[in-house]
Amino acid sequence: MTSQGVWRAMLGFYLLLFFGFLFGPLIVMGITAFNTPNYPQAYPFEAFTIHWFSDLLGDSELMEGLQNSLIIGAGVVALTVPVGLAGAIVMTQVYWRARGLYYLIVVSPVLTPGVILGISTVIFWKDVTRVTDAKFLYDGFFLAIVGQSTFISAYCMLVFLARLQRFDRAQEEAALDLGATQPQVFRHILLPFLRPAVFSSAVLAFLSSFENYNTTTFAILADKTLVTVLAGRVRQGTTPEISALAVLIIAVTLAGAIAYEALRRREAAREATALAQARVEDGGEPGPALAAAT
Amino acid sequence: MGQRRASPCPRAGSPVIESLVKGLLFAVPFVIVAVFWILAARERRAAADPSAKSFLERNGGVMAAFLIVAVGFWAIVMIVLPQLYMVDFSFHPKLPAKDYGGPEDHYTLASYRYFIYGSTEETDSYNIVHLRAFVLTIGASIGVTFFSFWFCYPLAYFMAQSAGPARLRMLMLLLILPFWVNEILRAFAMRIMLGTSGLINNLLVGLGVLAEPIDFLGLDIGMYTGLAYAYLLLMMFPLYNAIESLDRNQIEAARDLGAPWWHIHLNVVMPFAKPGIASGCTMVFMLSAGALAAPQILGGPNSLWFTPIVYDRFYQAFNWPQGSAYALILLLTCIVFVMAVMRVFKVNLGEITR
Repeated sequence: MTSQGVWRAMLGFYLLLFFGFLFGPLIVMGITAFNTPNYPQAYPFEAFTIHWFSDLLGDSELMEGLQNSLIIGAGVVALTVPVGLAGAIVMTQVYWRARGLYYLIVVSPVLTPGVILGISTVIFWKDVTRVTDAKFLYDGFFLAIVGQSTFISAYCMLVFLARLQRFDRAQEEAALDLGATQPQVFRHILLPFLRPAVFSSAVLAFLSSFENYNTTTFAILADKTLVTVLAGRVRQGTTPEISALAVLIIAVTLAGAIAYEALRRREAAREATALAQARVEDGGEPGPALAAAT
Repeated sequence: MGQRRASPCPRAGSPVIESLVKGLLFAVPFVIVAVFWILAARERRAAADPSAKSFLERNGGVMAAFLIVAVGFWAIVMIVLPQLYMVDFSFHPKLPAKDYGGPEDHYTLASYRYFIYGSTEETDSYNIVHLRAFVLTIGASIGVTFFSFWFCYPLAYFMAQSAGPARLRMLMLLLILPFWVNEILRAFAMRIMLGTSGLINNLLVGLGVLAEPIDFLGLDIGMYTGLAYAYLLLMMFPLYNAIESLDRNQIEAARDLGAPWWHIHLNVVMPFAKPGIASGCTMVFMLSAGALAAPQILGGPNSLWFTPIVYDRFYQAFNWPQGSAYALILLLTCIVFVMAVMRVFKVNLGEITR
């Protein structure tokens, strides 16, 4: 065997090991969802069954958790997308001396452990309700939305910032020179340009909220989300019902992720053709936005 | 210091000092806003550009109001104030909810004393259980980070420098797919693999390799594996991004000059990929040290990870000031770690969070 061959064999073995580690447990979990024993067992495989799936449907606690997760996810999207957008716009305008401090403050939640975000949110709002006597603020849904949004807003902001870097300010100047008002410029120029980013940040925000555990488990108080119900079940004991649920969740998230990816690609392709067209019409003189995009 | 006995419940502050501190706490956000304002004004004066527009002129009234309200709410009400409140609360005694703000409510170090000595008043013995859990958590997180780096580096290098575009797209997809699966479920999957009647034990016993199943979870092997499993991809992507921008010619040049392969990695690739390495290590360390799901699900009966202890302070001991103190200790440790990484790798925050 040549030394090249040895390297190739080692690489193959390493890749097998890596992806085996990554996928092995998930595949095994998938198999246990269809096996009959009461304990999730993949080997020996006794008999094929789908009754773990039918058990799920009658599980009201899980269904309630799912419903709460969806509500909280919607709330998080409604809060984080505008906040992330505002955060990104301010970032492009803030004076450079202040930019470092501003960046430090708004990005710090991404680096803060999730449990700490949950704890600090609960403590703060508890004190707010004590002082203001506004009891409705000390509510699991509200706290979960606010707690998760502290760091999810930063994700959204980073998505918007990436898009804003390619924005050509000349378009805005032109519209203003032609007599458009500031809100009109925002509505008709900036927002359409940011539309793909609005979409991807909304999806990102929803998924991050849906699968969040560390912050939610503190902030949700007495209520439940799908993930906190799941965590409670897994800690109590392992049944193939959880495997079945996992199979379903994985199927749904995968379908969502693939749809998202496909949409994103179509958007990118459409943009590429639009750019090519613009270049032809321009007579081959790419402006700054074009230059940045290509 | 160890033998000094603290006087029971020291009356730290008079009501005047109490309200002064509370007032200062509320003032912090205003100070931040003022600092921004001053910086902005100075910059505008320094630029002396008559065409420069103010924030209000540039955005219009409605937009300016929206930006200020949204960012103000986020930065101050959602980020800064809760953190300050947590710090403040950790210095309060444990009281029934109605007594907060009452005469019993004064600043105290009781929660921190408990962390170190295992009692809110005595200082004779140390709180071995919690201190050990803390040290173990930090040490194990560093270990997990180290393992993730060495496990991911070859693949990141391969994807960035050697893989063709078709294979690269495939590998990327394969890497992203498991990342969409919930953390709890990934820990659960690991439990199915490693439990005493899990797949690996069943296989090994069935094949006659082992006479008795090994208790991977009880030995904490499950927990460490689960942590590495959960956060592997956050090491992979920063590494890949950093190595990807390295010019292949540099590697060729080093090879032509006769450098052995490990020299090339140590002296060419790794120094170049420093920001990516720093970013990946920071993310994996932070997430491991703050992990709650993997230790709760995969930890053996005797394992004590620090984050679940914090959780129990809140929802089993119902001692919120102590929980806050513990959370603050964890947060400070993480900040120290990030600053150390930034210092060692000579990178800035923007490069880490990219």
